[in-house]
Amino acid sequence: MLFALIILLTLSVLFIDLPKITIFGRSFSHPNLSKSFIKRDLEPKLGLDLAGGVQLVMSADMSSIPQEDRDNALASAQDIVERRVNSLGVAEAVVQASKSNDKYRLICELPGVSDVDQAISSCQRSAHLEFRQLKKDVALEATASVLPENFENTGLTGKDLKRAQAEPSKDPTNPGYVVSLQFLPDGAKKFEEITKNNLQKPLAMFLDAEPISWPPPTVQTVISDGNAQISGRFTSKEARNLAIQLNAGALPVPLKIESQTRIGPSIGQESIQRSIVASIIGLATVAVFMLFYYRLLGIFAVIALSIYTLIVFAIFKIIPVTLTLAGIAGFVLSVGMAVDANILIFERIKEERKWGKPKIESFFSGFDRAWTSIRDSNVSSLITTAILFNFGTGAIRGFALTLAIGILVSMFTAITVSRNLLRLFWIGKV
Amino acid sequence: MNLIKYRNLFFAFSLLIIVPGLVAFTVWGLKLGIDFTGGTIWEVKFSELQSVDTNEVRKLLDENGAQSAQVAATSQNSTLIRMKATDENKINELKSKLNEKFKKTEIIRLDTVGPTISKELTNKAMLAVAVAIVGIVLYITWSFRSIPKPTSSLAFGFCTVFALVHDVIVVVGIFAILGHFFAIEVDSLFITALLTVIGFSVHDTIVVFDRIRENLKKSNLPFEEVINGSLLQTMSRSLNTSLTAVFVLLALFLFGGESIKYFVLALLVGIISGTYSSIFNAAPLLVTWNNQRARLQRRKG
Repeated sequence: MLFALIILLTLSVLFIDLPKITIFGRSFSHPNLSKSFIKRDLEPKLGLDLAGGVQLVMSADMSSIPQEDRDNALASAQDIVERRVNSLGVAEAVVQASKSNDKYRLICELPGVSDVDQAISSCQRSAHLEFRQLKKDVALEATASVLPENFENTGLTGKDLKRAQAEPSKDPTNPGYVVSLQFLPDGAKKFEEITKNNLQKPLAMFLDAEPISWPPPTVQTVISDGNAQISGRFTSKEARNLAIQLNAGALPVPLKIESQTRIGPSIGQESIQRSIVASIIGLATVAVFMLFYYRLLGIFAVIALSIYTLIVFAIFKIIPVTLTLAGIAGFVLSVGMAVDANILIFERIKEERKWGKPKIESFFSGFDRAWTSIRDSNVSSLITTAILFNFGTGAIRGFALTLAIGILVSMFTAITVSRNLLRLFWIGKV
Repeated sequence: MNLIKYRNLFFAFSLLIIVPGLVAFTVWGLKLGIDFTGGTIWEVKFSELQSVDTNEVRKLLDENGAQSAQVAATSQNSTLIRMKATDENKINELKSKLNEKFKKTEIIRLDTVGPTISKELTNKAMLAVAVAIVGIVLYITWSFRSIPKPTSSLAFGFCTVFALVHDVIVVVGIFAILGHFFAIEVDSLFITALLTVIGFSVHDTIVVFDRIRENLKKSNLPFEEVINGSLLQTMSRSLNTSLTAVFVLLALFLFGGESIKYFVLALLVGIISGTYSSIFNAAPLLVTWNNQRARLQRRKG
């Protein structure tokens, strides 16, 4: 029964592991199932050092932003950078915000980006928010006329806005969330003028020349105190996103590149090939060693290790773990750990046999006694991986994560896969 | 075979490795990479040239205001440039100057680490190592709380930490020597390797100690003999495990990616040292500890 489950598990992880292949012009691939299930494809994710690309650590200059608005400003800056990076078409881009000791930073990873200079300059440019009105010669009635290109600048920009905030609507006839805008004194005057001229007409907001909150809201009344509200029956998330985008214009933070790592695409390609070769050589050596030293038991170990490798790789694809050189080292090292669990068990079984115990008894006590060693020793390794994960970024995290996943799976395969294989085929008793 | 009898020999061998390393570390220190010192490393390939003169490259960089640039050749037509942390605009300016003079250039890699980040990393690294050691000591003391007489879990904890510090010193010492003679730098991955070595060292020691604990519970033999027996029983496991790890790491070191080469080397050194220290230092040290305590008690009594 358990054995059937192991076979099933192996087949399903194998299914996930298989790369896209094309046979006789027909393409077979795993993601058919997973697209609807996990909502993304299962191609392995390559990190910076394998795909080539650039990582930027940018510090946000918050000196002109009041203390209470700084978190908002960072969130907006992150949103802006994300939007721009996505418009560049970088598939695996990651933009993280980090705050430590009053330092606000954005960490931006763009693996596989082709034009690095363009990517860097578009990450660094600060956002520009504009309020635009309908051009004079466009008739309001036709719905087709409400196109982004029919709007013109009003002279009211992000600089006039003090802050935008999402809040629950207080108007019972108009439930949901609203975004409230607070203008600076100058901006309030401009805004009053604009609302006077555009009553019952749309007023659009453009961020980096892209319209946001489309179709644009309509001006309902003349607003003279500089406190406006955009209501559109937003959900809390929609309202928050709109506020973040508006704040990007209101609270612009200059971004300065503090550190960067650039890796050319050719070196990444070379690294992939070299790591694959190195991993295969390393694993093959281990397999040969196990077969040579433990003979029959070694065969089970090699099977268990193969299943282990398949499971780990499937987990990497599902989570997904971004593969880096250090991550591959972590994975290969974890194979060493997985072998260790098997070695501990086999050595124990051999010893018990030497002490004259029958096969079946030495099998059980071998597993039982080896388990405490396996558990205690792996806990100490897990402690260090947890610390590493918190200590580092990028490569270090990748290493810690792959090693930790490897350790956990190795404990699992040692006590389930190895155990059942041995019980079935070595003892010959189910 | 009585391993314990030769314990002072084993300790002496450890000292033989540790002392030169410690001397190198105190005299020369580690050669710190830009992760810790801040700076820019820039590897440029001159795609259309057969070979390139590093002096010419350096001269050009100096003339155009690069700060303390050092240039070394990495192959016939590529060079590694090191300078103080240099911002994006300056790099682009230097790049266009290089293009003017040497035709087409290609950035193989470019690393810039600003001074605040490098300072933060140094602090975080020290904190991480300290937290790891404390966490492991606590875990060992807890895990070995029910150790039978005549030893205490404190002795186990102490000897584990001794083996762990031994391994850290060996790795640091060897890299201090490598740094001085071969200009091998340590970066944040080196700290990662150190922490991993700490984890592995304890992993190995625990396997040996676990067997000692089991044998102490069930046998009435003298302490020294129990330790010796346990060592011999776990010996082939310790060696085999460490061998498999060494196999995979050696493959990575020889055939793997260039950028993790010294990271793998640090792991390799640490794991070999960890295996040695768990067999030949940690367990024999338990005997030394025990004898000392017995002597003290006799004197008191």
